[in-house]
Amino acid sequence: MTLTDYRLTQLQWLESEAIHIIREVIAEFDRPVLLFSGGKDSIVMLHLAVKAFWPSPVPFPVLHVDTGHNFPEVLAYRDSTVERLGLRLEVSSVQDYIDDGRLRERSDGMRNTLQTQPLLDGITEGKFDAVFGGGRRDEEKARAKERVFSLRDEFGQWDPRNQRPELWNLYNGRHTPGQHVRVFPLSNWTELDVWQYIGQEGIALPELYYAHQREVYERDGMLLAVGPVSMPREGEKVEKRQVRYRTVGDMSCTGAVESDALTVDDVIAEVAATRITERGATRADDRTSEAAMEDRKKEGYF
Amino acid sequence: MATLLRLATAGSVDDGKSTLVGRLLYDSKSVLADQMEAVERVSTDRGLGTADLALLTDGLRSEREQGITIDVAYRYFATPKRSFILADCPGHVQYTRNTVTGASTADCVVLLVDVRHGLQEQTQRHLAVASLLRVPHVVVVVNKIDLVDFDEETYERVSSDVLESARSLGLYDVATIPVSALEGDNVVERSSRTPWYDGQSLLEHLEKLSPIGEPHSEPLRFPVQLVIRPQQAAGEEFRDYRGYAGQVASGLVRVGDPITVQPSGRTSTVVGIDTADGELASAFAPQSVTLRLADDIDISRGDLIVTSRSVPPVTQDIDGTIAWLAERPLVPGAKVLLKHGTKTVQAMVKAISGKLDLDDARLLPAESLALNDIGHVNLRLASPIPAEEYLHSRSTGAFLLIDPQEGSTLAAGMVGDALLDTKAEVEAVAGTTVLA
Ligand SMILES: Nc1nc2c(ncn2[C@@H]2O[C@H](COP(=O)(O)OP(=O)(O)O)[C@@H](O)[C@H]2O)c(=O)[nH]1
Repeated sequence: MTLTDYRLTQLQWLESEAIHIIREVIAEFDRPVLLFSGGKDSIVMLHLAVKAFWPSPVPFPVLHVDTGHNFPEVLAYRDSTVERLGLRLEVSSVQDYIDDGRLRERSDGMRNTLQTQPLLDGITEGKFDAVFGGGRRDEEKARAKERVFSLRDEFGQWDPRNQRPELWNLYNGRHTPGQHVRVFPLSNWTELDVWQYIGQEGIALPELYYAHQREVYERDGMLLAVGPVSMPREGEKVEKRQVRYRTVGDMSCTGAVESDALTVDDVIAEVAATRITERGATRADDRTSEAAMEDRKKEGYF
Repeated sequence: MATLLRLATAGSVDDGKSTLVGRLLYDSKSVLADQMEAVERVSTDRGLGTADLALLTDGLRSEREQGITIDVAYRYFATPKRSFILADCPGHVQYTRNTVTGASTADCVVLLVDVRHGLQEQTQRHLAVASLLRVPHVVVVVNKIDLVDFDEETYERVSSDVLESARSLGLYDVATIPVSALEGDNVVERSSRTPWYDGQSLLEHLEKLSPIGEPHSEPLRFPVQLVIRPQQAAGEEFRDYRGYAGQVASGLVRVGDPITVQPSGRTSTVVGIDTADGELASAFAPQSVTLRLADDIDISRGDLIVTSRSVPPVTQDIDGTIAWLAERPLVPGAKVLLKHGTKTVQAMVKAISGKLDLDDARLLPAESLALNDIGHVNLRLASPIPAEEYLHSRSTGAFLLIDPQEGSTLAAGMVGDALLDTKAEVEAVAGTTVLA
């Protein structure tokens, strides 16, 4: 960046916008929390929070809604990051809800959709009034209408027909007791922006984002990993393939893609050339119906 | 170096906005295989012969059911030269609310006109909103040119009507382009079916526009978001650290610059511009940085740090233009909150001095403002703020009105008589032309 042209690059612009958003939240809310799953979007969001308050430490805890169906390397990443940054980690566990009967396991075993209740309870119990999420508007059609500051009622519901207009960079975080605001600092980022930023900043990610050998089998056109919660059914052939993940979530329904991308630059090249959306490629739960994401968001999902 | 340009669409229902946006996404290869498959599947289900690109942008279930778009949606597409954020603003229900929202952050408004219908009332309203919000560029897509057999004369007639209306509203950077969104003419590539048109395609045009703001020519405005004071939390080195975090709203700041803090009027000098990546010698809008000052003066969130060379006066009385966005009408005497930069103050609506007739940009007398009305108000604030005319500063002339009980956003506000000033300016410019 030279001082003669006074223009920010796209990544500088997006970073500056996100830092502004994160700082607004600290200034205007009493108890913010950041949803941290160990996935790349939440990692980038946390990285931005570190930058926003430098040299002070990040002034809020992180919350993980744990499906119990984790990739081990992602959990390890979560724990080491929390320790390195001296953060307080809160965990809302889907397994606990299943164990004591508050939630029932679905017949297909997928747990991404079971996260809503533990998430909302975690928010209520922690008395959190602002919840940072890593959602991006380019991910999905229903998300394209999401605000940066998204007001949720006592039930965590998103009412797409009754959103506050969002003008200039003047965010309105006013809420009444019981309500909370979901805040999406990466709203304007695309998957490619996220990857380019990871490259520019040298952000470490869990290894499964890069190509590696893994035992996988094919189900509904997706490559699923063999693991304790994701065993192949009869007739599903297990093979070792070179794969990587574009998103990480419930291991039982998050698909891998075949890939040779060993480094961040390889991934950037792959994402730039790829012809399938991130969610379409790898999330079984979003393919169920045209409005799957919208319905879940209305109920209080991320 | 890839830069970013922010767009907002506007147009009446059926002018072809969804088709155009779908086409831009599709032709710039921003539509991925699975999204396209979904569109093809739905198109076939509905008995359409070809994929309906408008389906790419139908977001919510109720929108699909009603076949309309309700709310502003944000889209992302990129070319090798530039990335675009597009605020897709639906044309009918709540058009003021949506268009004002989209225009508030836009570098360019893309306005659609159906070539068969020409300049409509709605077109003039959208132009008025673009003018009011001071969007730097407007490009008018004269759409459905295929339906008039690519006729030059028809296009020219519509184009000159639009340009004339735009000029009367004080909009000068306006381009018109003959387009068929359905068939792709002049969207990405220049069309051979409009040989008489020697301008650029829409995408070429958008790639070349300069984004908002020339930081070096504007005075520094830096709303303080928070004070960063780690005390014990960041180790001995930072025990006495005190920095003012914020995003440069306009202008440029350099180490050594003399600054004034408003509303207190205290002065100091910038001794450091910090980021987590290290110190900078200077920073400009819209960078997020942390400023350190030579003196330990009392500064907190809501204060505005400005260059001492140009200090905006503070005031408790604001004359403003507002777009009223709430169901419940605004009446004089209403108590509201006003958010300006990083400061929120109580305010009272002392008077409503008129309502804008967007069709011809006239001010009509009004006793109240209803949903989607744009009007002039006099506000009295509980404490002073450094408000500047929106005409001169999009970043420090803007404010929100907020409901103190419910917290909802009631209005988008601009300091000053935004549209009337424009008219005066137009007359002044016209005057000079005559003299020359
Ligand atoms: N012939 C022709 N039809 C078009 C063109 N653009 C849009 N349409 C049609 O006009 C109708 C309305 O378009 P749509 O994109 O849904 O309009 P919107 O309401 O502005 O979003 C649809 O039937 C489109 O196929 C065009 O350039 N030429």
